[in-house]
Amino acid sequence: MELFANQVLAGIATGAIYACMALAVVMIYQAIDHLNFAQGEMAMFSTFVSWQLMQWGVPYWGAFVLTVAFSFAAGIVIERLLFKPLAKAPILTNVAGFIALYAIINSVAGLIWDFTIKQYPTPFGSSPFLGSQLISTHQAGMIGITLLMLLLLFFFFRFTRVGLAMRAAASLPESARLVGINTSWMIALGWGMASAIGSIAGMMIAPVVFLEPNMMLGVLIYGFAAAVLGGLSSPFGAVMGGFLVGIFENLVGTYIPGVGNELKLPIALALIIVVLVVKPAGLFGRAIVKRV
Amino acid sequence: MSAAEEIVTEAAAVEAVPKRAMTLGYGTSLVVLAALILIPLFVKNFIIFQMTMLLIYALAVMALNILTGGSGQFSLGQSAFYAVGAYTSAILMEHAGMNYALTLPIAGIVCFGFGFLFGQPALRLSGVYLALATFALATAMPQLLKLGYFEHWTGGVQGLVVTKPDAPFGLPLSQDMWLYYFTLAVSIAIYVASVNLLRSRSGRAFMAIRDNEIAASAMGVDVALYKTLAFGVSAGITGVAGGLGAIAVQFVAPDGYTIQLAISLFLGMVVGGVGWLPGSIVGSAFIIFVPNIAEGISKGLSGAVFGVLLFLVIFLVPHGARQVAIVAQQLAAKLKKN
Amino acid sequence: MTAMLNVKDLRAYYGQVQALHGLSFSLNEGSLTTLLGANGAGKTTTLRAICNMVRSTGAIEFEGKPIGTRSTENVVRLGIAHVPQGRGTFTNMTVEENLQLGAISRSDTKAIGSDIERMYEHFPVLKQRYTQQAGTLSGGEQQMLAVARALMLRPRLMLLDEPSFGLAPLIVRDLFRILGKINREEKVTILVVEQNAQLALELADQAYVIETGRIVMSGNAKDIANNEDVRKSYLGY
Repeated sequence: MELFANQVLAGIATGAIYACMALAVVMIYQAIDHLNFAQGEMAMFSTFVSWQLMQWGVPYWGAFVLTVAFSFAAGIVIERLLFKPLAKAPILTNVAGFIALYAIINSVAGLIWDFTIKQYPTPFGSSPFLGSQLISTHQAGMIGITLLMLLLLFFFFRFTRVGLAMRAAASLPESARLVGINTSWMIALGWGMASAIGSIAGMMIAPVVFLEPNMMLGVLIYGFAAAVLGGLSSPFGAVMGGFLVGIFENLVGTYIPGVGNELKLPIALALIIVVLVVKPAGLFGRAIVKRV
Repeated sequence: MSAAEEIVTEAAAVEAVPKRAMTLGYGTSLVVLAALILIPLFVKNFIIFQMTMLLIYALAVMALNILTGGSGQFSLGQSAFYAVGAYTSAILMEHAGMNYALTLPIAGIVCFGFGFLFGQPALRLSGVYLALATFALATAMPQLLKLGYFEHWTGGVQGLVVTKPDAPFGLPLSQDMWLYYFTLAVSIAIYVASVNLLRSRSGRAFMAIRDNEIAASAMGVDVALYKTLAFGVSAGITGVAGGLGAIAVQFVAPDGYTIQLAISLFLGMVVGGVGWLPGSIVGSAFIIFVPNIAEGISKGLSGAVFGVLLFLVIFLVPHGARQVAIVAQQLAAKLKKN
Repeated sequence: MTAMLNVKDLRAYYGQVQALHGLSFSLNEGSLTTLLGANGAGKTTTLRAICNMVRSTGAIEFEGKPIGTRSTENVVRLGIAHVPQGRGTFTNMTVEENLQLGAISRSDTKAIGSDIERMYEHFPVLKQRYTQQAGTLSGGEQQMLAVARALMLRPRLMLLDEPSFGLAPLIVRDLFRILGKINREEKVTILVVEQNAQLALELADQAYVIETGRIVMSGNAKDIANNEDVRKSYLGY
């Protein structure tokens, strides 16, 4: 029983990574109604930018703020430049665009910063948290930041006019235009916010997985899985999904014999799919009733 | 202006392509066929090998196209079906000593069954959920192939070496050339069968499901059956392509069938034009040659060059090669008029 | 009276198909005009063309300004509210959020609260349900909500697309009574597209009849209602 409790705790610690990323995934899903496969790479690039700033002598929190601002702007620029022209193209063409963006960012980051693994600092330290060997202060800090972002997003969407307009533009673009909302810019704003949240996720994750151009590959997949599990319409669900996926992953690794590191991912995904087969809208998502 | 518009449906992920528009005209088909038959007579063996791969990937892209363009289901798991096909052929040839040509139908049937079974749980899922489920399949497959439990058959991480067949009946053809014509014959047979399938009752059922699932079921289409059938057919064709691929590259190994292959096939479908079967060969050419071109332009930035080229293509022709074909057709019609 | 909206030679297209063939009409400030016609005549397209939601050519002037090239949201921001067919309700948001969305493009944020209260006076049923998801409202309530949402813009001109569609006759009467009241009391110019010609003609003071994308008749609503030939050949009652 103690093993179980410990594994759950360790799962929550890794889950914090996924929760962080899942929040960014849900953000972009709300804005553009599909998943952005390049999101992990955008976050990775942002993290490198913050690392570069720190190399130039900018203190951690200064680099943090600058990076978030940079990422917000970069997200908007990417949308305006690359995806606005594809707004009328089929969805699958847009997905191809995400893959192209993925390839470009990954390759450029590799060229600028090469593929060697780099240490990345944490502002929270890495001593045991409250005496527990399983959660470090960094992981606790990351959970705190994730929950804080969740809270901020909740307030933004619930109580601000821009948040309301973004929700309207995402759910019914034509009606949104008819109340005077510039839906095209709402999408750009969604990209900017998703990119900013992703950059925070990247900066929180980098101390754990180390900084390198492919650091986000696995994280993004778990982030997607977490967002889907929690229900893509719910930021809260995404965060909960993140923790659950982390716990899943750890328990699978502990209790199913012969599961190496590599089979953990497929099995965790399979479990998620089982959940989805039973609850297609995700655990916390709102079921959408389709009419003919 | 009212009743028909009042009813708002969610936009389909794949736009409707009428079944006529899914194929090529008679004349154009013959020209393409002639080119495919004649070109190998004039080029080097390595190019013949590349053309063989072109056909094989075209088959796999077309299989995805039948699933996505035909029935509106999305799959990132095609690499898994491809792997199963490749291993089926390889194991039958190397362990059971079976003739390579006979292994292909078996690979197709095994994959059909696998796809059909996988289609069952997939029934409950659509859109991103289905993408995630098929993605899980694609990531699991290489790991499953590596499992020690199957190592006797699969060769584990090392994989299996496959013998390249000679031309039969003492025909004076090089191995590469024979394999090319063999692949061409198989591809044509499958292409013709696929076109006929999409034009048949089943094909209409697929498209009805793609365009509006609820309406299709109201018309009496057995949605569950046809959706799983589409998965089965798509997997079956992919399996044959995988078998051919194993023979052509003379080797199977788990890491040859990662998610990257599935993503490539997806890109091939988009570039070729979703729902347009002849586009599959254009898409296949894109995924085979463009990465090489990108590498040639800049070694360090080959990924970025590839991404930029891909962006160029989708900016110019968001509907893929199909769009080029439509424009060409309109131009031809105009020229005729003048 | 000056013309508030002036439409000249409007032609609209869906892809290759031309839906409007040179429509011209004008609305007087403060008027309540109805646009009548059978299924497929081009009524909805006309409204959509005014808000630039469909490809069109021709001149559209609102209060002297040409608006033909403005995007939909910028047309709306001039004070043209459009209640679309199917109501366009944000079904997954609450009634109150729907009303706030109606005022989302306004800059005088202070007055929004009192405007919402005013809407609850016009449509008491909405007040009872203000925290409820809009999707759970009945058809009639959703139509009330759609009209209220449009009014939250403080529009100068309101375009309504078949507000009676799918509603019980009693509810339609109630809705039309409110529309008349809004037109008189709030001085909102209204253009309402209807298939229910009889009711629309009772409500309106001006009427246009269109057929296959052309205006075939225009004039005083009462005259048209009293003209038996017109009624029989175009309006079907």
